Amino acid sequence: MSTTKTRDLARPAAAKASPAKPRRALRGSPTFNFWLFTGPFLIGLAIFVYAPILWSLWLSFFEARFTVTPDKFVGFENYTYMLTNDDFVGSLGTFTVFAAFIVPTTWALSLGLALLVNRLRFMRAFFRSVFFLPTACSYVAASLIWKMSIFSGVRFGMMNTVLGWFGIENIAWLADPSPPWYWFVIVTARLWLQSGFYMILFLAALQNIPGELYEAAAIDGAKPGWQTFRYITLPQLRATSTAVILLLLIAAYQAFDEFYNLLSKTTWGRPPLVELYYKALGESQDYGAGSAGAVILTVLICAVTLLQGKFLGFGRGEESK
Amino acid sequence: MTTTTPEVRESAPSSDRPRRGGRGSVMSSTGLYIATAIAGFLFLIPFYLLIRNALSTDADITGENWKFFPTDVQWGNIGELFTDETVPFGQSLWNSAVVATLHTVGVLLVCSLAGYGLARIPYRHANKVFYAVLGTLMVPTAITFVPSFVLVSSLGWVDTYRGLIIPGLFSGFTCFLFRQYFLGFPKELEEAARVDGLGYWGAYWRIVVPNSLNFFAAMATITFINGWNSFLWPLVIGQDPSSWTVQVALSNYMTNQTVVFHLIFMATAFSILPLVFVFLFLQRWLVQGIAQTGIKG
Repeated sequence: MSTTKTRDLARPAAAKASPAKPRRALRGSPTFNFWLFTGPFLIGLAIFVYAPILWSLWLSFFEARFTVTPDKFVGFENYTYMLTNDDFVGSLGTFTVFAAFIVPTTWALSLGLALLVNRLRFMRAFFRSVFFLPTACSYVAASLIWKMSIFSGVRFGMMNTVLGWFGIENIAWLADPSPPWYWFVIVTARLWLQSGFYMILFLAALQNIPGELYEAAAIDGAKPGWQTFRYITLPQLRATSTAVILLLLIAAYQAFDEFYNLLSKTTWGRPPLVELYYKALGESQDYGAGSAGAVILTVLICAVTLLQGKFLGFGRGEESK
Repeated sequence: MTTTTPEVRESAPSSDRPRRGGRGSVMSSTGLYIATAIAGFLFLIPFYLLIRNALSTDADITGENWKFFPTDVQWGNIGELFTDETVPFGQSLWNSAVVATLHTVGVLLVCSLAGYGLARIPYRHANKVFYAVLGTLMVPTAITFVPSFVLVSSLGWVDTYRGLIIPGLFSGFTCFLFRQYFLGFPKELEEAARVDGLGYWGAYWRIVVPNSLNFFAAMATITFINGWNSFLWPLVIGQDPSSWTVQVALSNYMTNQTVVFHLIFMATAFSILPLVFVFLFLQRWLVQGIAQTGIKG
């Protein structure tokens, strides 16, 4: 008697808990299967993602030159060193300049290409492939073509040849920081590489705009061209535009390949990652300061990501399922 | 399934165009094609230069007069690239092929399993685990290369395939994308499989994966391209020339100035060639994948 009563009392609670640990007639328990599926990934994540981050955090408080198992605790010395280091702070400035160039230009070019391709009736697939093809190239390959062929600072470089036809003197594109022509080289290389990718995003978004909107606008007397673009197309693309801009910002923050290859052995135009590379893995092998720099950059990018999350509502609501 | 997307794309009416007809639209469409052709021409110039230089003599590349096409095409440059002792490019090409292939297989296997587990298998602490995965998205891998190098070098994995491949397998982002995909996978299919007596494991391999090949193909294409093109990590890990991937090799040829021009360009052409093939054949999945996930890597 009493047992049945307790069971009755317990039943609602058990029923509530059942989605969490059900005992259905399945092969194997869900808990076991959960770990079976996620285990390999989580172990790797712990070893190769979390452990390095924690180790780096630990290193950043030690004087660690040429060693990764230091014993001299220095508190926040590495942090103050990095934050007062002209090269490191300067690299953040370089990133800002770079982002100011690359984000608006890529946005405009990829949107422009998407609008062009979207209106084509013939050869649309062909031109889409042409603009998309550079996405297959690596930054290293593009840097090489840019540095040794197009923007070679000597006579036989393509740009200097073309400029020569108009009687313009050779420009030392990369070898001279004043005037800073190297920005032109770096920005055009990245534009070529990534515009096609963002064009695909814009194309997908353009094709999701309902055609009725344009019909309604035409009935209301909107002129095709600038007016429909300004009042229909652009507002409809707002979500994609925001996402593209944030993706571009994060990508610019992590820029390394083209700066490293185009501006090798120069002291100007070093974005944060290049600076960090030379600091930690260069001749000084200063892992302490390098780790402190990595922590600072991580904090900065976390701030950006969190702002982005607030801005876009990313990740909200979907975890609850 | 796979062919529908491009077909829809091709036949979708270009919605912001007014009804066709009349001279104005002919004019504007001519202008449209001229603008597109100019842009396309500019986008193809780097490819042209690459092939031109790869098939030229050094004298033609650096010569006084700009030649649009090499006067006599040097097909011999191809053989020279793979026989010249000073350029161990064949080894680099092989390294890249191994690394990119194993990287792709590993990432797809590990991340898809985890994504499925997080999306579909009920477990009390699944949310906490998911947050632990999401947290890693905040820290871009490019920024953790210093600590990762410290760890991998203390494991003695510098200059090895292990060091090049394994640390990159655990992509929180790919796992996240798979989870999102599996959340939208029709539950009925799995339930039918369970009724037939399959466990989670069996249902996954026999029902879920075979019905998700499109998504897997898209992710594989994106992952392969990223694996082939990645530079920073192979640069950090590959210190000995025998463990260079093509990207690291190219970068070294560029800075050391010891390799002659036409070989550098031929090497670059060969580093791009496999991807151009992957790209042209798998573009459908690639475009679909990007449109679905919005991200390259």
